[in-house]
Amino acid sequence: MEGNRERNADAYLRMYRQMLRIRVFEENAHQLYLSAKMPGLTHLYIGQEAVAVGICDALEPTDRITSTHRGHGHCVAKGAGFRQMFCELLGKSEGFCRGKGGSMHIADQENGNLGANAIVGGSAGIATGAALSAKRLGSGGVAVCFFGDGALGQGLLYECMNIASLWKLPVIYACENNHYGEYTHVSEMASGDLLDRARAFGIETATVDGQNVLEVNEAAEGFVSRARAGQGPFFLLLDTYRFHGHHVGDISREYYRAKEEEELWKSERDPVSNFAKWLRGESVASDDELNRIESEVRREAEDAVEYALAAPYPGSEEVDMHVFAEAG
Amino acid sequence: MREITLSQAVNEAIAEEMRRDPTIVLLGEDVAEAGTPFKILSGLVDEFGPERVVDTPISEPGFTGIAVGAAMTGLRPIVDIMFGDFLFLIMDQLCNQAAKTHYMSGGKLKVPMVVRTNMGATRRSAAQHSQSLHALVAHIPGLKVAMPATAFEAKGLLKTAIRDENPVVIFEDKLSYQEKAPVPEEEYLIALGEACIRREGSDVTLVGTSSMVQVALDAADLLAGEGISAEVIDPRTIAPLDEDTILASARKTSRAIVIDEGHRSYGASAEIAARIAEKAFYWLDAPVQRFAAMDVPIPFSPELEDLTVPTPAAVAEGARRAMRGELFHAP
Repeated sequence: MEGNRERNADAYLRMYRQMLRIRVFEENAHQLYLSAKMPGLTHLYIGQEAVAVGICDALEPTDRITSTHRGHGHCVAKGAGFRQMFCELLGKSEGFCRGKGGSMHIADQENGNLGANAIVGGSAGIATGAALSAKRLGSGGVAVCFFGDGALGQGLLYECMNIASLWKLPVIYACENNHYGEYTHVSEMASGDLLDRARAFGIETATVDGQNVLEVNEAAEGFVSRARAGQGPFFLLLDTYRFHGHHVGDISREYYRAKEEEELWKSERDPVSNFAKWLRGESVASDDELNRIESEVRREAEDAVEYALAAPYPGSEEVDMHVFAEAG
Repeated sequence: MREITLSQAVNEAIAEEMRRDPTIVLLGEDVAEAGTPFKILSGLVDEFGPERVVDTPISEPGFTGIAVGAAMTGLRPIVDIMFGDFLFLIMDQLCNQAAKTHYMSGGKLKVPMVVRTNMGATRRSAAQHSQSLHALVAHIPGLKVAMPATAFEAKGLLKTAIRDENPVVIFEDKLSYQEKAPVPEEEYLIALGEACIRREGSDVTLVGTSSMVQVALDAADLLAGEGISAEVIDPRTIAPLDEDTILASARKTSRAIVIDEGHRSYGASAEIAARIAEKAFYWLDAPVQRFAAMDVPIPFSPELEDLTVPTPAAVAEGARRAMRGELFHAP
């Protein structure tokens, strides 16, 4: 029992650190945008950390995920390092994609992240295809397709869920319902019961509180192990909230979302601070330990930002490199 | 040498490659027992089983997207798009996902997959089953586009495409499926980006793609009777395009006509003609001419449909005018 307790404590602190890493990564990304050091714009994952971490903690490095335009959280949770991530956000050659993908296409092949995707719902096929590979090649791997409630409007998702169910593929469709597709509430865009969409294909579903990392993780562990055993696909609906706007420039949001609503989620349902409270309450970690983790994470991020700011841009010879893959 | 149909050549190419490489899977509508409506793939499911020759629902974006993900993770899918017209359904998966993944990932991910589809009018199939849409995909960096004109090219190009590390779209002319051509028994490959000179000549260069190679050859026969020597070039792939062979021929003959079954405006014929005009201008004795499908949706009525595509007689007339140094604008 004592061993179990320690193992659990390790897992809790690992997940806490990963959630905090996402939060701090995004805070730094936001600062880079505000200080005009980051080209383009970006979509912050702050508020949804428990979803990515709860699910990715249930995965092996060889399992595949596909991500979204709001993809930094998934990338961190699947094991990516900050330096290569910040380099990518800044368009530097040491980025995960040599600066050619940027925030909306960040991918980390080594850790099984097949990439963020700037087409809403656009990766449903890729995740399902990764599950097809896992099944055909007998790798025992599973694939998780992250997408938001906005993607529920895309036909591709339903085609893929239908095929995944027919072919019994080891894929988990993780719908992060953060309640807004861009600037429109989900109730104006998705009719009926969200879960009925998956049920129609005979796919087993579950709904979890996406702000509670342990609840997310427990559901994910169950679906992942069953998918590995050939019982997939599954559909996981996660109730969550993005604390910032659709993108960093989406500042005046009152026309689609009340300040009171935002404040309520931030004060009552912050996945990071609530988990920290729980860890202290259960005596898993002391204030000192949590503070130490936080200062380590902040130092890691500061170091990575500094590194990325100083890193070189790709040379002009890179512009037409990697259009086509070479043989071998 | 034995002669087989283009349809048999495609079937042989896939079978040989599937025997060689167990990661190849074939996905599409009615590709298994039915062997497609054209019966091109008949027998493959018997040899390779339903796990590798997979009937999909009628969900082109879905199964193409699944192929993209499978290609990124260790399989080599061949996707069958029953009619080229259905390419419009898979544009996001093909052009936003498959074509860009290698570049966007800085070279870390790759998408080795083949999309087999068809093209060509005059089958009396009307506007949504008759289009030749190769220019649409050739416009997108990251995609390779092959257009076999005969069974020989169909087999050699397809085998190469299956082994390529990139997404390759192959357009077969649907009226050519039963056309026979000499195809060696022994294995061969045709490199992507290597044109072939189908007929040597000295007065005018005819660049034809897919079934328009035969139109060019027929036009060359007509011209030969009049003492005009036409050279016929088949680029075989339009992305990459073997510009060198085309330019060398145009410089040699000093006249060039491009014949392609895509629509005239912004089409493959326009691209090839522009390259000749740009890079062989000082060798030319006449403006480059283009023959292509008319800029109309393909009509059903045979009397109308036949008016929309290039013919040997029209190409020959263009060549005669070019020989006379006349300004001539093909319809």
